[in-house]
Amino acid sequence: MTFTFDGRSVPFVAGQTVGAALVAHGVVSWRTTRLAQRPRGIFCGIGVCFDCLITVAGEPNQRACLVPATVDLVVTSQEGTGHDG
Amino acid sequence: MGDLCTDSRPIDLLIVGGGPAGMSAASTALAGGLHVALLDAGAALGGQFWRHPAPGAVDAGDRLHHDLSTYRALLAHLTANERAGRLQVLLGHHVWTAAATPTGFAVHALDRSGPVGAERAVTLAATQMLIATGAFDRQLPFPGWDLPGVFTAGGLQSLLKGHGVTAGSRVVVAGTGPFLLPVATGLADSGARVVEICEANSPTRWLRHARTLLGSPAKGAEAVEYAAQLVRHRIPVRTSMAVVAAHGVDRLESVTIAGLDSSGRVRPGSERRVEVDALGVGWGFAPQLDLAITLGARLEDSDDGNQVVAVDAGQRTSVPALLVAGELSGIGGAALAVREGQLAGESALTAAGRAAATSPARLAQVRRDVARGRAFARAMRLAHPVPPAWTEWLTDDTLACRCEEVPVSRVRAAVTSGASDARQVKQLTRTGMGWCQGRMCGYAAACLAGEVAPSDGRASRGSLPAAYPVVAATERLVATPVPLGSLAREA
Repeated sequence: MTFTFDGRSVPFVAGQTVGAALVAHGVVSWRTTRLAQRPRGIFCGIGVCFDCLITVAGEPNQRACLVPATVDLVVTSQEGTGHDG
Repeated sequence: MGDLCTDSRPIDLLIVGGGPAGMSAASTALAGGLHVALLDAGAALGGQFWRHPAPGAVDAGDRLHHDLSTYRALLAHLTANERAGRLQVLLGHHVWTAAATPTGFAVHALDRSGPVGAERAVTLAATQMLIATGAFDRQLPFPGWDLPGVFTAGGLQSLLKGHGVTAGSRVVVAGTGPFLLPVATGLADSGARVVEICEANSPTRWLRHARTLLGSPAKGAEAVEYAAQLVRHRIPVRTSMAVVAAHGVDRLESVTIAGLDSSGRVRPGSERRVEVDALGVGWGFAPQLDLAITLGARLEDSDDGNQVVAVDAGQRTSVPALLVAGELSGIGGAALAVREGQLAGESALTAAGRAAATSPARLAQVRRDVARGRAFARAMRLAHPVPPAWTEWLTDDTLACRCEEVPVSRVRAAVTSGASDARQVKQLTRTGMGWCQGRMCGYAAACLAGEVAPSDGRASRGSLPAAYPVVAATERLVATPVPLGSLAREA
């Protein structure tokens, strides 16, 4: 089973979140911050810190550590607020 | 899961949080005949302690979980009651606020169990309410803590236990407290090289509480088990040491580990650089107080720098019909949470005019277990305080607030110009105003503002209080950020 992240195929097993599958795949960051454009990925892993924000099926600012991975889900990295296009 | 709109029977007890405390309280209340709703934001019951992958997922295995027999017994009882229509289990439900009503509580949740973008707002009415939302790792900022590859200790654990993912191949686990041990041994079991565990506190602190700590045979056995695993994996535990900086360009490449004196100051010349690709840090835990604060429950100072919800012997709060159990009434771990949940369940039964579900003899034993568990938890907290001098590890450009990207220099400038608590720091610098709502930076901001001072529990340091309610800096009414569109869709 795979979903796509920025056009690449990322494998996952049932029950994994998008964030966990990305980390397992060696991807540690998938967004840049609004001010300093610094990379961010998972920090707390339990939905508290909101560092792992990612765009899922066109919806920005989803917590990668909570969103379940599903087959053919389209996931993209996001810049800044996620609304900059 | 029943359809809420057609279910005419009122909810006697609504429980927020399906971890050890919430599951246990539900089980007791159901055994006594109450109609219960159990809400959790996650995809499965068990909470962070009994963290299980969703059905069908790869299971990291029993070796990562303690006291699974309790979990399985509770789950079997809850599942049977769900089938019988006495229990509604609502997973993927994020409770964002609650309010007291003339007949109990109105609880507002977002149902996120469907696809992304299809959140649904739901409102539930209940006669009694129990909050068992647990805790998250308390964090202290340090240079480089915003680099990808730096995780909370709980973050590493959730990736491993919930998803079977080992977040690095060379890992350091640092901070303070007993939780660092299962995180490190779990990673090592899964093939990571755990270079070392840095425990900031000195073992002499343990000796001060030795009688209490050794008076718990079950905990002693757990400690022996961890010690054996540490030896087997050759994981050195270095005490009076901390990770004081993380380094890397776009991801973590190495950390600086330093020896600490008894107040937490770096010993000059003790710094060394260690190459790692993952770091897990935790400084104890902070309870998720949002809903309790929203509902007006009275708080009290705990001895670990947290404020917790004040409860009576039956886990009742200062708000009528509102109960809490588990970490909200004091950080104490899963075994204590299960027993507190049982007491809370009994309180709900009494308030509903029902007979007790637990025999008097058994209830007396549970009360003794709770008393012993609390004494042990207190000794653990006192043995693992936040080092008072931790703010000296900060550099001007260290981010105090990760969300709003506020450097320590700006927080200190605000303090110099008169800010004296986390709320004023927030107003002047936006620290704590971002997505995490101060959960990551609130305690740190309060320390930097001189609102609180970490205490080692022996003597007060000046006149400053040691305890800080992470969320009170905002008095927020929203427990989790909510997309407004989904509220507009509420039927």
